[in-house]
Amino acid sequence: MIAAPDIDLVSLAPVLTLSAFGFAVLIWDLFIGKDKTQLIYISLLGLFLTAVCAFSKTNLPAYSFTNSYVVDNLSVFCVIIFTISSALAILLSVNYNPEKGIEIGEYYCLILFCTVGMIVLSSAVDLILIFLGIEIVSISLYILAGIRRDDLKSNEAALKYFLLGAFASGFLLYGMALIYGFTGTTNLKGIMTAIGQMDGNNNSFLILGCILFIIGFGFKVAAAPFHMWSPDVYQGAPTPITAFMAVGPKLASLVAFFRVFHTGVGGMDGSWEMPLAVVAVASMTIGNLGAIAQTNIKRLLAYSSISHVGYILLAVIAKNSIASSSLVFYMLAYTFMIFGVFGIILILGKKGDENLEIDAYCGLSTKFPLLALTMAIFMLSLGGMPPLAGFVAKFYIFSAVLKEGHEILVVIAVLNSVISFYYYLKIIINMYFKDANQEFSPNFQPLTLLVVIIALVGILDLGIFPGPVISLAENASLF
Amino acid sequence: MFLTFVTFLPLLGAIAIAFLPDEDESLIKQTALAIAVGDFLLSLAFYFNFDLTTANMQFEYSAVWIKDWGVNFHVGLDGISLLLYVMTTFLTAICIVSIWTVKKRIKEYMMALLVLSTGMLGVFVALDLFMFYVFWELQLVPMYLIIGIWGGPRRLYASIKFFLYTAVGSLLMLAAIIWIYHLHAEQTGVFTSDLMTITYNTDIPFGPQKWLFIAFFLAFAIKVPMFPFHTWLPDAHVEAPTAGSVILAGVLLKMGTYGFLRFNLPLFPYACNEFMPYVGWLAVIGIVYGACVSMVQEDLKKLVAYSSVSHMGFVMLGIFAFNHYGIQGALVQNLNHGISTSALFLLVGVIYDRRHTRMIKEFGGITNYMPKYAIIFMIVALSSIGLPGMNGFVGEFLILLGIFQVDAFMAGVATTGVIFAACYILWMFQRVMFLKSNSPENEKLKDLDLREYIMLLPLVVLIFWIGLYPKPFTQTFEASVTKLISRVDPSNFKPAKHDDHGDSSHAAATTEHKTVKIGHKATEHKTEHKTDHKAASSGHKEDSHSKANAH
Repeated sequence: MIAAPDIDLVSLAPVLTLSAFGFAVLIWDLFIGKDKTQLIYISLLGLFLTAVCAFSKTNLPAYSFTNSYVVDNLSVFCVIIFTISSALAILLSVNYNPEKGIEIGEYYCLILFCTVGMIVLSSAVDLILIFLGIEIVSISLYILAGIRRDDLKSNEAALKYFLLGAFASGFLLYGMALIYGFTGTTNLKGIMTAIGQMDGNNNSFLILGCILFIIGFGFKVAAAPFHMWSPDVYQGAPTPITAFMAVGPKLASLVAFFRVFHTGVGGMDGSWEMPLAVVAVASMTIGNLGAIAQTNIKRLLAYSSISHVGYILLAVIAKNSIASSSLVFYMLAYTFMIFGVFGIILILGKKGDENLEIDAYCGLSTKFPLLALTMAIFMLSLGGMPPLAGFVAKFYIFSAVLKEGHEILVVIAVLNSVISFYYYLKIIINMYFKDANQEFSPNFQPLTLLVVIIALVGILDLGIFPGPVISLAENASLF
Repeated sequence: MFLTFVTFLPLLGAIAIAFLPDEDESLIKQTALAIAVGDFLLSLAFYFNFDLTTANMQFEYSAVWIKDWGVNFHVGLDGISLLLYVMTTFLTAICIVSIWTVKKRIKEYMMALLVLSTGMLGVFVALDLFMFYVFWELQLVPMYLIIGIWGGPRRLYASIKFFLYTAVGSLLMLAAIIWIYHLHAEQTGVFTSDLMTITYNTDIPFGPQKWLFIAFFLAFAIKVPMFPFHTWLPDAHVEAPTAGSVILAGVLLKMGTYGFLRFNLPLFPYACNEFMPYVGWLAVIGIVYGACVSMVQEDLKKLVAYSSVSHMGFVMLGIFAFNHYGIQGALVQNLNHGISTSALFLLVGVIYDRRHTRMIKEFGGITNYMPKYAIIFMIVALSSIGLPGMNGFVGEFLILLGIFQVDAFMAGVATTGVIFAACYILWMFQRVMFLKSNSPENEKLKDLDLREYIMLLPLVVLIFWIGLYPKPFTQTFEASVTKLISRVDPSNFKPAKHDDHGDSSHAAATTEHKTVKIGHKATEHKTEHKTDHKAASSGHKEDSHSKANAH
């Protein structure tokens, strides 16, 4: 007899709400003309309601759908970050899209669907559901990256992203198959129990499964040496989408990554830690060294984000009581930093020329001191300078890793931070120490400015008064 | 609370200045000066209300900052930090006078100096490791901007070198801070980053202590800077504007030595004793090397910069003597260097403003054209050499006395630094001030004006004051130095047999001579005590407590 499926619609409330609004956007799009402003309101309302729905479940953690979907403090925290980042991305798009001729209603609906995928991914405790989440996120992103159909760079980005992403999904699926083959279940808790019961749990095929998992996830979060796609995609994708995919999808994948290695194969004696440590160190080093040579700010941020993923992977390695808290805190801080920087990039963009070269920032401080100061704060925060959000986030991660006694990893991470200062300072040098070589015509659109101000307030608040948010993050621990 | 206010007053001032109109330069300058002088006068209140009898923290204020991590906003002053704190507010005011005539982006300059001032003050009052690190890094950015925006032709190179060098050391220190934080939590179950709690309640095993010492050592040694980590200093000094150099020499370098006294010595007393010979010889090499390199410099500022390396070597040597004379001398020399070298940089700045060159060979015969300038220059130069009756003598004499009791050979080599100092300073003085003028432009030089007197005379007064009557200064750190020495005293780390006649040596702790002799033995015994260090350390914990009480 087949048991009646365990359906708990309340725990799915955020997913259902957001999906409904996604369809509403899609349908409403048919009845309006070229002006897509109304869709923006609908999407923002949907995201707001989703954030509210995230708190619909009490008595956490609550498992549902035969233990394959979980609502816990970690996933609630993630949903909040996802809605914030998606809302900021939509706010950035409001003025950008008409300017670049992206007058397509599906743009907003895809952002919402992508967010749905992220929520599923961050709440999944079953391999099948994880794969489902990853595919929802990825397919939406493939389209979003190539949404400027007549732009060659955008097309290249989408195709590259799609081909390599499909390849990565293959690796991931193969890894899942191997793990399923040896444990007989796709449920993460079940896998943990099965591994615990096996004697000689160092089964080489299980380890191979883990390594394939690392490769697949490595592609999705753009960790070196699987990062090749990310600079091209960052550069080619529309700027608000670049910011969008730098944060939400990465966080979702990292949380799933964390759950797999914490709950799933966490029972193994840590033989997967070494490959993961190699990936983390490679990400930091290659990301930082690669960023030094960049002259295009979007590519620079792509490499910088590779290195940030390296730091965050350290938290996955630590997998102790504060590791997941440090992970989500880092990503929240990173959300504000990234959207702030991209907001300023959009402000400095010109008609027909996005003005993306670092040299375009020369002498900004003499003409627009406040703008330059804000950008400098974002850059210093990315580097991890106190008292800004980036520092507290790094402190948190290092704290989690040192608690586990991985001193060498922290020393490597710390030296990498010094390298990263070099290229973040390069932008400050241009803004403050050099003379202007061109006319500035900043485009102070109110909504873009709003995003920058939100980001600035977020960074200062998380940096100077991080207490309350840290309390929330501490709750998001998996222990 | 008052201490918090005085610390953050410059920052508030900088924010206020941001709202002043750009065009009204005199209003901006006057506001900045009023804030800096006001801050200095307020900070004097700490000096006059300071309780000389206790080594405990005074004017303390503590508030919860990050509850879940046990991080507090905790400030306080003791004998080690009091005078450095006052000197910071004092030099900030002097610097604001010194940049009065700068035309380039004066508003941002004033703001940067005031923000820098809060950063430096914060470093000296922070009593929480997390908070200390925040301030330690915070002062980096305004200094970086000061070198980079108002600096000389190679300012880009110099500023980024300054920044990255400092960042390497301090980030390793951050890793060490987190390590200690977790160690304390493991041992006591309490998450806290409070410095005093950690210092006196954490038993750091001897093995890790060495690594932690190295991590902290790198951060502070780069800042001091000790040979061979000094290479950023000449570049930074030469490219920095005058005010930048003054702050750099007067306060930023002191943060390094302060770090040793506040963190390395109390936290890692065992490792300090272990590494004493290495640190000591690095300091001696720094003294001699700095002095020799100074002698061949053609650029006045570079000469003063290398002389800083030499002088700071003396301070380090004094600290690592671990006895009363040494550490007291180091603290005095800290002040002296801040006063004399700042004055030298100001004087070089005065002549650079007029001639736009600092090359020694361009000058000559300046006494004829700027006699008053030459007199002040002479006083400052002699104080830098350490002529009796001036401040430099007191510090260097105490340091050499202290180190002589520990290692006479080391002291002998270090003494050559004093001789070399006389060589490079007097030779430079001769070439710049006497002889024949090498350039007709020198003849048109005007003597000091009122503004320059205002910024130089207070320093000259201090030079004589410390030289002739140092007691008002030395008495402030008496109690704190005694407490510090009771913690790092080499006899603490002697093999267990010392405990048998421990009482007699404790009684002698006040007469430094004997303590130091015991210290000398301790280094000889260092191979023995590794085996029974556990027993020794637990015994000593009580020892040092009782000693602290006794004092």
